[in-house]
Amino acid sequence: MTDRVPHAEPSAGPTAWERVKLARHGDRPHAFDYLQELTTDWVELHGDRAFGDDRALIGGLATFAGQTIMVLGHQKGNDTKENLARNFGMARPEGYRKAERLMRHAEKFGFPVLTLIDTPGAEPGIGSEERGQANAIAESLLTMADLGVPTVAVVIGEGGSGGALAIGVADRILMLENAIYAVASPEACAAILWKDAGRAAEAAATMRITAADLEQFGIVDEVIAEVVPAHVRPKDTIRATGIAIARHLRALQDVHPRDDLSAIERLRAARYERFRRIGAWRETVPGANGYVADAISPR
Amino acid sequence: MPAMRDFFHRRGKFRPERADDERADPQIPEDLWIKCPRCAELIYSRELERNDQVCPKCTYHFRLRARERIAQLADPGSFSEWDTNVRPEDPLDFVDSAGPYDRKLEQTEAKSGEPEALIVGGATIASAPVVLAVSDFEFLGASMGSVYGEKLMRAIERAGERQVPLVTISSSGGARMHEGLFALMQMAKTVTALARLGRAGVPHISLLADPCYGGVTASYATVADVVLAEPGALIGFAGPRVIEQITRQKLPEGFQTAEFLLEHGMIDAIVPRAELAATLATLLRLYSRPNSAANAAPALDMAVRNTQPAGLGRD
Repeated sequence: MTDRVPHAEPSAGPTAWERVKLARHGDRPHAFDYLQELTTDWVELHGDRAFGDDRALIGGLATFAGQTIMVLGHQKGNDTKENLARNFGMARPEGYRKAERLMRHAEKFGFPVLTLIDTPGAEPGIGSEERGQANAIAESLLTMADLGVPTVAVVIGEGGSGGALAIGVADRILMLENAIYAVASPEACAAILWKDAGRAAEAAATMRITAADLEQFGIVDEVIAEVVPAHVRPKDTIRATGIAIARHLRALQDVHPRDDLSAIERLRAARYERFRRIGAWRETVPGANGYVADAISPR
Repeated sequence: MPAMRDFFHRRGKFRPERADDERADPQIPEDLWIKCPRCAELIYSRELERNDQVCPKCTYHFRLRARERIAQLADPGSFSEWDTNVRPEDPLDFVDSAGPYDRKLEQTEAKSGEPEALIVGGATIASAPVVLAVSDFEFLGASMGSVYGEKLMRAIERAGERQVPLVTISSSGGARMHEGLFALMQMAKTVTALARLGRAGVPHISLLADPCYGGVTASYATVADVVLAEPGALIGFAGPRVIEQITRQKLPEGFQTAEFLLEHGMIDAIVPRAELAATLATLLRLYSRPNSAANAAPALDMAVRNTQPAGLGRD
């Protein structure tokens, strides 16, 4: 099995919009499918200890590659009934607060954290606003940014905006070939910038939301190939994903052994640098610490 | 920015009707009567200016440009701006129905007089040094892109290096869609920097101003040590129209106002504009004291002696 294939030109593969449809495909494997195939001893841990349990964002302990890990993931339903129960994978504040609680829990015991990202976005709703959706996401970002254990995030389907990023501030960000990761849904972007939600396909192409684009931008560390779309041969895709996760986790743990305090500080520092350099800007004075730093004539 | 304006178009008690053009002009002629968008009172422009752009009749807080805020808060002449040479790029070659993004940036700069949506620098407030980061809603709805994130991150790092408190003032439509995932990642980038600032024990005070939504509310602006808001400011994650469309429910009265957030426990306090400088000065004083037992002991002894009830402990 190949870990990684060179990326075909956009003209050769599916278009961005076709990938959006693949990423949202109802039969595409969801977080529980990955857990079932890749882990044993799964014990789901529920609740945010403040308001409720969000079934759109699951969490718990499991054995993966011989060690205990904390798994967090958005969970979409496999049918309409389950989708309603799981709110189509759109988490509420209690989901993000549960995620934050379980990340701290993982840190306490030195368990690595694996997150599986698959959400249209955080739920927009009256109750979610009343209970501080924005702050719940922000706190989750802050906790994950500073976590003293290795973290690997995998975008397995839809990476929808802040609701996805809330569990995505990881040491390694992996992405399935047909997954998407975007600042807003193509429909929302088209509605706002084109004033026509019908132009979502056009928006999808313009927004550069595919795994190949994001790897090229240095945001995604590795693209996991889907030789055929994940819903066609789910087990193959899941196993390839498991191999990639194990490899990245292994690399992180080799460099940052769990009982070495200075290694944990180095882990934080490496994560800091990883996110610090993300961006595209220019400077009138060259040589500064930019991802893109070139001179322009002074005004 | 008609799109962003539409998105935050206000209705009802806290969403006064107002023509966009009235606010779009940063240069308000000096001799002019301005109509308050909430109570419809006609206010003489100089009076409005003297009153920190707050309606004298109904206390409606007009939106402020970033430089107006800095002028109101920083001690005169104390502000020194940083990283003015950090300028936006168009990494996606983004083109929407209004044209290419890089052209939009040029037009926005010409119209707003600013090259980007965030202004950062060092200043003093009531003689206390601070690092200031203030967003300017007139620049593409103060949406957060790479430059916003980079300037804020550098400001946070300087606050850490110099052990100087960070004050952020945010009014934003959220992440800037024209920069795609680069924009979303600025949420992670700024919060990562704040995590380190927190470890260094340097306080971050955040003021949320009207309107503040999306990726800014869901990142650096609400994980501050103290979160303040201006009266009547609309603050939230999703915009009211989006929520109304998706839920098909009528939004409650006062939904997403600063008052609503205070009631739901999401912010520390609402501070009227006229009191902001004094409130910040007090907070900065409270965080400025070295917090060691040796420092505290003599003052505590004094306090204990001075407050000893009569007739107790001595004759």
